[in-house]
This record gives sequence, structure tokens and C-alpha cells, in this order.
Amino acid sequence: MSAPSAGSAATLAIDQVSKTYANGTHALHAVSLTVSAGEIVAVIGGSGCGKSTLLRIVSGLDQPTAGDVRVGRRRITQPLPEVGMIFQEPRLLPWLTVAQNVAFGIDSLPRAERDDRVAAVLDKVGLAEYGPRWPRELSGGQSQRVAIARALVARPSVLLLDEPFSALDAFTRLDLQEHLLDLWAETRPTLVLVTHDIDEALLLADRIVVMRPDPGRIAITLPINLPRPRDRLSAFYEDEKRRVLRALDETLSFRHTRKVEVDSYDI
Amino acid sequence: MALTASERLPQNPTLQPTSPRRETQTGSPIGWGLGILLPLTLAVGWEFAVWYGLSSGRLLPPPSRIFATFKDLSANGELLRHALATSARVAAGFGLGVLAGTLLGAATGYSTLASRVVDPTLQGLRSIPSIAWVPLFILWLGIYEASKVTLIAVGVFFPVYLGVMGAIASVDRKIVEVGRIFRLSGPALVGRILLPAILPAYVVALRGGLGLGWMFVVAAEFMGASEGLGYLLVDGQQLGKPDQIVAAIIAFAVLGKLADGLLAAAFRPFLRWQDAFQAGPS
Repeated sequence: MSAPSAGSAATLAIDQVSKTYANGTHALHAVSLTVSAGEIVAVIGGSGCGKSTLLRIVSGLDQPTAGDVRVGRRRITQPLPEVGMIFQEPRLLPWLTVAQNVAFGIDSLPRAERDDRVAAVLDKVGLAEYGPRWPRELSGGQSQRVAIARALVARPSVLLLDEPFSALDAFTRLDLQEHLLDLWAETRPTLVLVTHDIDEALLLADRIVVMRPDPGRIAITLPINLPRPRDRLSAFYEDEKRRVLRALDETLSFRHTRKVEVDSYDI
Repeated sequence: MALTASERLPQNPTLQPTSPRRETQTGSPIGWGLGILLPLTLAVGWEFAVWYGLSSGRLLPPPSRIFATFKDLSANGELLRHALATSARVAAGFGLGVLAGTLLGAATGYSTLASRVVDPTLQGLRSIPSIAWVPLFILWLGIYEASKVTLIAVGVFFPVYLGVMGAIASVDRKIVEVGRIFRLSGPALVGRILLPAILPAYVVALRGGLGLGWMFVVAAEFMGASEGLGYLLVDGQQLGKPDQIVAAIIAFAVLGKLADGLLAAAFRPFLRWQDAFQAGPS
């Protein structure tokens, strides 16, 4: 197993991935998606469409029933140092200080380099003086910043985000979304963001992948043709949002008929 | 409550983790004084009742006589000898009970198979009142130290076993996944995630076990001992010396409190992050 490597972006190739859980739930069916190096892809869809399952398989936490996932040329069968993950909750370890939490994944590095990296990344997420604090002393937004710092400090070439801002209030969310883009711009890792917030997807992503449930699969892929930095208030943004919403409506109405089927089946 | 508008707090130049600014619960002298008021009043009242001849104080000696007995027993080294004998038994039984409880609790908490195989038997044994083992332990291990230490160990074992098993079973899967994302497995996962995660519950289990250890040492010393605080109790009963009984009880209270305090203090540096139970979001 190699040490955390330098953060050049890598292509992420998801090939015909299916997942059936032990209880028979068919969570994913033949999902294929290639994310180019440095691209930001947002995966959206209602709950139960398998988007989190997909992310867990890409992270190596879960195994696919069929198909495979590769980062660069390497096949993912377990968590890899070049793939970072940010969860919906900060998941900080309460018994470690902020600095120790950030350093959690890079303890194989020499002390001096580790300290330098931690200080640098805490500075980047705007929490330079918070290193000696305990996680419980932080607000929700600050905690999630620390979680972002913990993932970034290992310099992953692919960064996975599972609804990272959904538990935050609207102001903090906006702030962190922009902050994430700034951080991404520095090393440009490949980014896969699972969200149910269409504005978040429109603001961040180069491409939106819409998933559909029963079983989970990709319904449509929508490229977002908005120049960066993006402005939520521009006419372009409004047009693009309308286009995405229309496309979503079509898949949603499809999903609605499926849902009725499932309901009657349940009875 | 954690979502504050201001993300920036005043600069904190210290390198040490900041300690929470929280008033200690018994910190105010008034609160402490209120707590001591009732026992103090009762003691002084009883002292005066005996003093004025309202009671002979034969069955319940007044504080002054207990204090005198306490002083006599301390002065000739008797009290120390008995206290040491009892403490040694508790220490040995506690050590064995903690060792067995931790190992078996860890095994059943970690592995479903171990839990299926071992736990039903242990739960069955747990439902036996531990004192009921006494005759059997004496038959097997004799009347001396081995049977006493074993009885104490049995008493300590169950709270520790249950505590460790429960703590491991309730470790947050989400926290474990953080370890897995950073490719921890086996001993590293145990050392860096599981152990710190169960430590608060473990300390509670150890303290519960230690309390039971002190309880069982009395039972053990009742079944025949030539020294120990339990022996002082039996001796005081047989020779009609209630002051000696009360002195031994007080010695038990002091030792128990002291041992519990030492145990808690030993783990406190590792639990600084916890900030008692008024902790914020964790």
C-alpha cells in the first residue's frame, strides 16, 4: 500500500456496476460513468435511488455485486489513499483535537511534514487557530470544514462528497460551497458530489448525473454549460436551471409511475 | 445550538487543548455546606443526646467514642493491617475480574459467533446471586485467600463484561468507517478507533466493578477471615463492640471512595475531551 500520493487528478471509471444487498434490495443496476481527471460531477436523485450506494462502492467501503470501478489504472476493491471521502456528517473523532483529526489519515508522514500540512490546510479552510480545540467546541459549519480539511490533507486525486452540506443552514451552505470550489481550484482533484440540492449541483458541477430508483440507475446525464465563477442571479444560470428542472420533470414523472407499481406491490 | 453565526472566535494562542469553562458542580462552598449539614447535625445531636444521658449509646456509640476507637485502632497499627489485607483482596479480585471481563466482553462485543456461543452461558451464570457460590468456592479453593479473591473476581467480572460488550456493540458504525476510509484495519482500527470510543463506557464499567468488589470483599471476609475490615465487623459483633463496627464501616467508606477517586483520576487525562454529560453535540 503506497503512502498518500501527490494530488494530481485521476480519471474515475465506473463500469457496469450493480449492487444487490444481502436482503435482496437491488440498489444499483449496471451503472456506468466515466469522470475525467479534474472534472466535477454531481449525482442527484431522490432518496433510495442508489446514489449513496454508488459513492460507497467508489470509496471502497462497499463492494459491487458486479462490475468494477477504477481510478486511473487501479481497481478499487478497498479504500485507497488516492480516493478521499467527505460524509454528510463531519464524523470527527471526539477524542482528538481538530489538528489531530485533520492529521488522522497522514500519520505515516514524518512529524514535521505532517504538522506543516495540517497547519496549511487548516489555514485554507479558515480555521488556522482552531487546531488545539476539541470537535465539540465547533459549530456545524466549522466541523464540516475540518472534515473537508481531513480529506484534503491526504491530497486525494479523487474526492467523493456524500451530501456534504445538506445538514447545514442555508448561509453556511452557500459559504462552504464557494469555499469548496476555491479549494478544488488549487489542486483540481476529480470530484464526485452526491446531492439532492439542484442549486448546489448547478453551482458546482460540470455535469449532472440524474439517477432513478428501483433499481438505481442513471436516468440522464446533463452537461452544465455555465462559465465559472458561476452567478446564481445571472440569466444564464436561470436558463440552465430551467433546462435541468425540465429534464428532471421528465425523469420524475417516469419515476412516479414506477413508484405506483412498487406501492401496489408492497400491498 | 452549535450553529452560531460567527465562525470566527477570538484568537487562542495556547497550544494545549482548551479546557471547557464550566463551573464544577460542587464548587461553591454554599452547595458543599448544604450537603454536609444533615449528617453533621445528626452526629452532633447524637453526641449531645448521649452526653446528657438521653441514651446510653451502648448500641450506637456517639461520634466521640467512634473517633476514640478509630484512633486506638490506628495508633497500634491494627486498622492499617486490616485495611491493607482487605485492599489486597479487593485489588487481586478486581484485577482478575477486570481481566476476564475485558477479554470476554471484547470477544463477545467484537464477534457475533463468540457472542452466540459464550453470552447465553454467562447471562445464565449472572442470574445466580454471587454469594450463592460461597460454599462451592470454599469446597473447591479452601477457606483462605483463593476462595475470597475468586468471589470478589466474580462480583467484579459481570459489570465489566457487560460494560465492555455493550460499549463495543454500540460504537458508531460511522466513526468506524472513517477509520476504514483511512485504511485502518485490525490492531490499528482497534487502537485508534474502538478503544478511544469505548473508553468512557469502560471507565464507568470499571468503577461499577470496583464498587461491587468492595461489596463482595465484605461477604468474603464474613465467611471466615483472621484479618481484614470484614473481620473487624464480625469481631465487633461477636464481642459486642459497636464502635469497632462503625469504625470499620467508616474505613470501608474512606477506602472505597479513595479507590474510586484514584481510578477516575487515572483515566481523566484520556477523557478530557468528554466534558461530562453536559457535552455539546458529539
